[in-house]
Amino acid sequence: MKIHEFQTKELLRSFDIPVPDGVMATTPETALQAAGGLGSWPVVVKAQIHAGGRGKGGGIKLAADAAAVREAASQLLSMTLVTPQTGPQGRKVNKILVEAGVSIARELYLCLMVDRAQAAITILASQAGGMDIEEVAATTPEKIIRVAVNPLLGLQPFHCRQVVFGLGLEADTGKACTALLNKLYTMFVACDCELLEINPLAITTSGAMVALDAKAEFDDNALFRHPHILVYRDSDEESPLEAEAARFGLNYINLSGNIGNMVNGAGLAMATMDIIKQAGAEPANFLDVGGGASAEMVENGLRIILGDPKVRGVLINIFGGILRCDILAEGVVQAARKIGITVPVVVRMEGTNVDEGRRILADSGLNLITAADLHDAAVKVAAMVQGEQQ
Amino acid sequence: MSIFVNDRTRVVVQGITGKEGAFHTSQCLAYGTQVVAGVTPGKGGQETQGVPVFNSVRQAVAATGADCSLIFVPPAFAADAILEAADAGVALIVAITEGIPVLDMMRVKRHLATTKTRLIGANCPGIISPGQCKIGIMPGSIHLPGGPVGVVSRSGTLTYEVVHQLTGQGIGQTTCLGIGGDPIVGTDFIDCLRAFEADPETRAIVMVGEIGGSAEEEAAAFIREQVSKPVVGFIAGLTAPPGRRMGHAGAIVSGTNGTAQAKITAMTEAGMHVCRDLTTLGAFCADAFAEVLAC
Repeated sequence: MKIHEFQTKELLRSFDIPVPDGVMATTPETALQAAGGLGSWPVVVKAQIHAGGRGKGGGIKLAADAAAVREAASQLLSMTLVTPQTGPQGRKVNKILVEAGVSIARELYLCLMVDRAQAAITILASQAGGMDIEEVAATTPEKIIRVAVNPLLGLQPFHCRQVVFGLGLEADTGKACTALLNKLYTMFVACDCELLEINPLAITTSGAMVALDAKAEFDDNALFRHPHILVYRDSDEESPLEAEAARFGLNYINLSGNIGNMVNGAGLAMATMDIIKQAGAEPANFLDVGGGASAEMVENGLRIILGDPKVRGVLINIFGGILRCDILAEGVVQAARKIGITVPVVVRMEGTNVDEGRRILADSGLNLITAADLHDAAVKVAAMVQGEQQ
Repeated sequence: MSIFVNDRTRVVVQGITGKEGAFHTSQCLAYGTQVVAGVTPGKGGQETQGVPVFNSVRQAVAATGADCSLIFVPPAFAADAILEAADAGVALIVAITEGIPVLDMMRVKRHLATTKTRLIGANCPGIISPGQCKIGIMPGSIHLPGGPVGVVSRSGTLTYEVVHQLTGQGIGQTTCLGIGGDPIVGTDFIDCLRAFEADPETRAIVMVGEIGGSAEEEAAAFIREQVSKPVVGFIAGLTAPPGRRMGHAGAIVSGTNGTAQAKITAMTEAGMHVCRDLTTLGAFCADAFAEVLAC
């Protein structure tokens, strides 16, 4: 799960990690009030969306006085921000963060992340603060310090020394950096982070370290033990169909194509999307109804797929195995009747009683096309696409 | 022959009295698997489906000689269940549970590295040696005993599809296993490839990967160096958008890392037979393995 910058900073503050003073606002008036409360000028006004690259998209503005704050706030709050990470459609800005300016001497990059290859929490650090780390990694990988921490040991002083000396920090800032690393590591573990990125990490003209910008991502599988993080979920940042699917326990991702699809199991679902593409169409979604799949899941899934107006045809691919296909077919027919399908639906299913299942689909009188196997399903999807083009 | 499990493997099911645990225990028993014990804390002394239930894995192992644990414990308690099984000294743990926090699995993996216990999963369908034993949730009926193909995959139902097509071509399997869709899993592709290479009855291998991480690339490098048997590779997720988690916690393209294309390129360069069309994978294997299938 992703959260906003102002929320990340709230968490950082609770772990005693220095961040600039700041207040979240949703209107120019409250932004103005917030700026006044900070007690110094200039202030920074930052768009709050769940995507990076905000500076490049014009989502961060410096304001030297009250008039400038009002202007920046009304601009940002009426804008759909397009950044390299939002895609061309951009993201509507509903919240802004008004923050005290910081006088910066130097900017660093610091990040903790789950390192799947090493089964470690890995620290990445670089002197190139403020830059896109993937760019730094691609052009000058030698400038990135990489320290893997064994979670059974936890962060040790020698890990910190590798970072401090790697960054070439002076004695005092080195101490501050070690203290910061310890707090970040504690927070990372305590909150089940997947990523905790401070970029840039500022060294101020007075020698203090401040997290100027911060991004946190949390392990969805661990949210059950962090109700205080779960409340940070912002449904404005999710597509409405995805949010609805999540309520039914379905894994749904909306995509740009027009062939909807519903599959049991994530791997087969990805492969089914690829088959749609190979058949000459584009998948409208990813939808995993779970390895088991039930008639109820199928009904909910079908409703969500057809809630997307782009969808011109649907492929249902259920490899039941142990699942009884006659029961599944009944579920599909009932769901199709209840929802009222308006587009052709190709159904491929495998499992016990498959012949009976196919008979139920064929006898339903609905626009349900049975496919004998995966290859047949691909052929029928291709035919569906061609029919659409004619 | 087979890898990791055979007809002598004695299984204890952790979470045997839960809904999933009970159902799949019945399926494993029906397949002929030796399920010798179950564990549900607080229900020790009971019996279910003719299997004695114990309060702890240690008790179960002491009483029955179980050497493999099959885990259906809910995600919040699954890491503890894995550690308990390892502490009891079982040689193999198969963790089916989906949704275990990644930091839990990180600690589990690091700890297991200091023991002799092998972990398959979590978030996996389990392992089957057709005709010998089924330790997991896969449908036994789609498998064909007798080899010569070993199948290793990151996923569940996609593995069933692959096996189903192999069986449709009359190609049998030695062992089929899913290593799990999570970012951190116990047994990786390379462990399985090494075991298949060492198993004389496995004469060809199918490896099914997906987007995210770099396990397929590392496996491809290993195959080039150390696998003499023909390997067919397939990767799911060519159409997956970057930055989105595709159902499996581990299936995510981050920046330019973990793309399907990069994996396909690595597998092709390693001399693997890369199948690009899942709908004809069975026929593709019949062709790629023609030489070993003939002998």
